[in-house]
Amino acid sequence: MTLSTSPSKPVLSLGPVYYLWDGPKWRDFYFRVADEAPIAHVTIGEAVCSKRLHFIEPHVGEVIERLENAGKQVSLASLALVTLERESQLVRGLVRDSAHSIEVNDLSALHLLAGKPHSIGPLVNVYNGATARLLASRGATSICLPPELPMGSVRGIVDENPGVDFEVFAFGRVPLAISARCAHARSKGLIKDNCQFICGEDPDGLTVETLDSQPFLALNGVQTMSHTCQALLQELPELAAAGVSRIRLSPQDCDMAAVAHIFDDVIAGRRSPREAQATLAGIYPNRPFSNGFHHGQTGATWISAEAGAEAR
Amino acid sequence: MELICPAGTPAAFREAVDAGADAVYCGFRDETNARNFPGLNFSRDELRTAIAYARGRKVMTFVAINTFMRAGQEGLWHQAVDDAAALGADAVILADFGLMAYTVERHPKQRLHVSVQASASNADAVRFLVEAFAAKRVVLPRTLTIADIARLAKQIDCEIEVFAFGGLCVMAEGRCSLSSYATGKSPNMNGVCSPASHVRYRPDGRDLVSELGDYTINRFPAGEAAGYPTLCKGRFDIAEERGYAFEDPVSLDVMDHIEALRAAGVSALKIEGRQRGKAYVAEVVSVMRRALTAGATERPALVSRLKALSEGQKTTTGAYEKRWR
Amino acid sequence: MTLPLAITAPLSFVPIIAIESVVQRVFARVIKTHPGLFDRLADHAAKRYAFLPSDLPIGFLVEPAVPRISVHRKERAPASDACMEGELVLLLALLEGRIDGDAVFFSRDLTVSGDMEAMLALRNALDDCEIDLPRDLADLSGPLAPLVRRTAEHIRERALGRVFKEEAPRWN
Repeated sequence: MTLSTSPSKPVLSLGPVYYLWDGPKWRDFYFRVADEAPIAHVTIGEAVCSKRLHFIEPHVGEVIERLENAGKQVSLASLALVTLERESQLVRGLVRDSAHSIEVNDLSALHLLAGKPHSIGPLVNVYNGATARLLASRGATSICLPPELPMGSVRGIVDENPGVDFEVFAFGRVPLAISARCAHARSKGLIKDNCQFICGEDPDGLTVETLDSQPFLALNGVQTMSHTCQALLQELPELAAAGVSRIRLSPQDCDMAAVAHIFDDVIAGRRSPREAQATLAGIYPNRPFSNGFHHGQTGATWISAEAGAEAR
Repeated sequence: MELICPAGTPAAFREAVDAGADAVYCGFRDETNARNFPGLNFSRDELRTAIAYARGRKVMTFVAINTFMRAGQEGLWHQAVDDAAALGADAVILADFGLMAYTVERHPKQRLHVSVQASASNADAVRFLVEAFAAKRVVLPRTLTIADIARLAKQIDCEIEVFAFGGLCVMAEGRCSLSSYATGKSPNMNGVCSPASHVRYRPDGRDLVSELGDYTINRFPAGEAAGYPTLCKGRFDIAEERGYAFEDPVSLDVMDHIEALRAAGVSALKIEGRQRGKAYVAEVVSVMRRALTAGATERPALVSRLKALSEGQKTTTGAYEKRWR
Repeated sequence: MTLPLAITAPLSFVPIIAIESVVQRVFARVIKTHPGLFDRLADHAAKRYAFLPSDLPIGFLVEPAVPRISVHRKERAPASDACMEGELVLLLALLEGRIDGDAVFFSRDLTVSGDMEAMLALRNALDDCEIDLPRDLADLSGPLAPLVRRTAEHIRERALGRVFKEEAPRWN
């Protein structure tokens, strides 16, 4: 373990694909990540909707193999919302059969994994050091903090829990809510039980606009996401200094290997955050960036480096 | 089945007790509870008086401390638990694991209920809470069907409380950052959703437009009942479709399912609405009390009476009936 | 359901100052008997609240922190932070906590504008007060006393019946 006075540079991690991509697209995405992305930890699997699992199942084996051969650490995501008996069985099966570390996204997996090493995903409510300590005492070795946490909370939680790897959600549309009801299917005149996997039509989410035509949110099946893409680039030095050891990128339907290189460059000091920001906008165009959550402001807002420095 | 009733003020508390509550739940006047609205909730002295009033009438008091401790400000939440325990709360209703751990350690005899905000939606999740914090009761998310509840009840060693009437969260409770995304005020950290401080009603011709922060949440033509701009209850545009993207603005009402809930092994029925007035509380509690004992033929009349006090005109049975999904 | 002409008509002729003196006594009494009001309002006590009965030519401006209530003709309404408009019976019934703010608001019988947080704080604070107008006004005297008492009774007879009895509210 490094001394807290000179923390080592954080590494990149890749969260699970929250969208429904067809099997080959999903597989090819991870092949590219394996071959080209400077990412250390990769979490794969379906976290959003249990109905979608069969799309990726045929490819999981080869994807894990490719990622591991490239030196990546692979974890498997558990479901975020478990209500049906079938879903409970899926989580139990995952915990029982998996040779890989599990990323916990719901309390049921917490019960099943008690005493075994596992990681905590960003959809579990960790708002303070005491909660992180409790989870660590039950086997959590890494914790991805909730995206809405302001920097002050991140710092406090990390400080109180030496020995736990903390991760911060630094790129991607933010998962804001999850429901038992499917607004995505509903928007296309379908119901969840007969959804025809309509969410697959929107591989980067379906934009929700206000009645005044202002883009606001995005639907991804039963999940509601931000319209904006959270991008913590100028904040990377601060996160590193606070002892955050992993920077999470959440897959969007864009060149994620290129996104990873940008973040890696900023972490390594090869590129300035400002220049990186401009490049990022080219890789993931037409999507406003936000970092308000990090600064304790409205999540959808963008606070420039200058304004952010003044606020502090 | 117990009837668990809301109180946002001491006056509402007394009304709930007098109207036939088995237990009244309330919170302190700060960010430690999920209804941290202006002018609402209890001081320590008010809670002391309320508990005495309830106890004299053999009614229990539950204290909701059901937001998540903000790192660095844990003292506020610890104090809330310490005070609730010292004042004699019959149960504390908690959502945060760190706070549950604190409660178990400092107040091992304090009865601990798990708030709906903890989002325990399945048997393994409940087992985790029972095993880690000796939780005695869990308030189930409003996303479950009666069949889900019945199945779950058989698998766990813990009492079950379900919402039976009141406003409906369409999102999994305690797992929603929509409000902080639009306003910076978080249900989990600040105890507010779609806060009034960010609400504006703007007349536009004959329409009334409701806004939250920088976003239009709804537009009501003349004559249409207007609603509070709760984010997930707004009207939005999705591709070519315009409408209630997440749900229609209706209230939860499972009055028709009382027998099924009882058969499913539910210990308590909960009424939502700490933010509602005392008149609402008195009315809903007394009708619910009667409905619990009434036969199936009397019930429809009681239900229609409650509808006048619901948001909008309609009520929904929510996820309790499968087709809602 | 608007106020009967017998109640509203005299108001057009009564000098504002006379109305104000009655209203101020009621206000003073409420403040004296419900000190908890300020505690609940907290910072919102410093706001200015306007109440505009849609069926009267006059409006009321309440400044709790002063504390002061003033009456004015609608066309000369002073600035306020938060404003509530609706039939007088509804405004007074709300004052008494006899009807639910949410339910009435959803019915669109009330219109709220301006600082919603302040208005919500006031609504919640009033709801805890257990104001009982006929009781609180029992010893009121002066030329307008019968009018005020009649209005209070009117609330009991009509407004409550409307919300709580089978006579359903107009939702649309």
